[in-house]
Amino acid sequence: MLQLLAEQQAGELAEGLKTIGAGIVYGGAAIGPGIGIGIVVGNAITAMARQPEASGPVRTTMFLGIAFTEALALFGFVLAFLLKG
Amino acid sequence: MILGLEFPAVSQLVQWKVLWGSGPFAVTRITIQIALSVILVLGFFFIAGSKRKRKLVPTGTQNVAESSVDFIQDGIILQSMGEEGLKWTPFMLTLFSFILVLNFWEVIPGFQMPVTAHIAIPALLAILVWVLFNVVGIMSQGFFGYFKNMAFPPGVPWPLYILVTPIEIISTLFVRPLSMAVRLFANMLAGHLLLSSFAVLSAAMFTADAIYLRPFGVLPFALLVALMGFEVLVSFLQAFIFTILAAVYIGLAMHPEH
Repeated sequence: MLQLLAEQQAGELAEGLKTIGAGIVYGGAAIGPGIGIGIVVGNAITAMARQPEASGPVRTTMFLGIAFTEALALFGFVLAFLLKG
Repeated sequence: MILGLEFPAVSQLVQWKVLWGSGPFAVTRITIQIALSVILVLGFFFIAGSKRKRKLVPTGTQNVAESSVDFIQDGIILQSMGEEGLKWTPFMLTLFSFILVLNFWEVIPGFQMPVTAHIAIPALLAILVWVLFNVVGIMSQGFFGYFKNMAFPPGVPWPLYILVTPIEIISTLFVRPLSMAVRLFANMLAGHLLLSSFAVLSAAMFTADAIYLRPFGVLPFALLVALMGFEVLVSFLQAFIFTILAAVYIGLAMHPEH
């Protein structure tokens, strides 16, 4: 219903406003995972430097952490494309 | 320097011409790719394990198949499910190879469309893993024991249950399969969109009306080639992540953490 109200007010600007909305969605969604992946990989590098023989499991856990945080950025990406039509 | 490019809408990139059939039984090029993937995976493993040419010291096809089994067992199963998870090796190996081959169609010239860029197959695989880990949990802890352990984790002081229980239920029953499916689908769709954007851009620059723009078409083309290499890495990584998450969830259902 909010969408109906919004379209009545926006009129012919609806197309452009949707695109701006899509841009804001992805821009906001990409900040957190960017910082998060940086933290994960940085800690993984520290762990590998302190104990090189544990590199294998540390690397596997690092990839797992990257996949979890990157999923959030990709939710935003998919949502942006859904909004833009 | 306005090139006047018209990028096709997203819906045009993921809709395919129906070759024959109609409705849910329509056969498009994607269906043919799926059938080819199944034949490839099954054929590879059946040929590698054929009794006629089996050797004690493996070479050739058998070597590749045995090293992939080792990779799944050491890298995925032993780290998340422990020793008793080794009987899940066939399932994890099939899941990994199938997703890898499906993702790999992105870089094969002539096809160049990852099948997993349609939400159908990742959703199906995620629902399959969801059913599996619920069934394993129920079988190993009893029907009510499983839900009690999931909704009311032991070791938490009881007033916190008001906060923890809804979060745990939503995160275990809904967020897990949804995030697995969307992670695989969105990664592959994003890669496909990126590659098609750069392909359209370099094609438009190579055939531009303004002659001075044509040599600069090499730049998006070089990036396109580099992105193809990146897509190979992403295909492998996404298949690995899906499989290891499936293993972790099933392992958590088998022995809940205390």
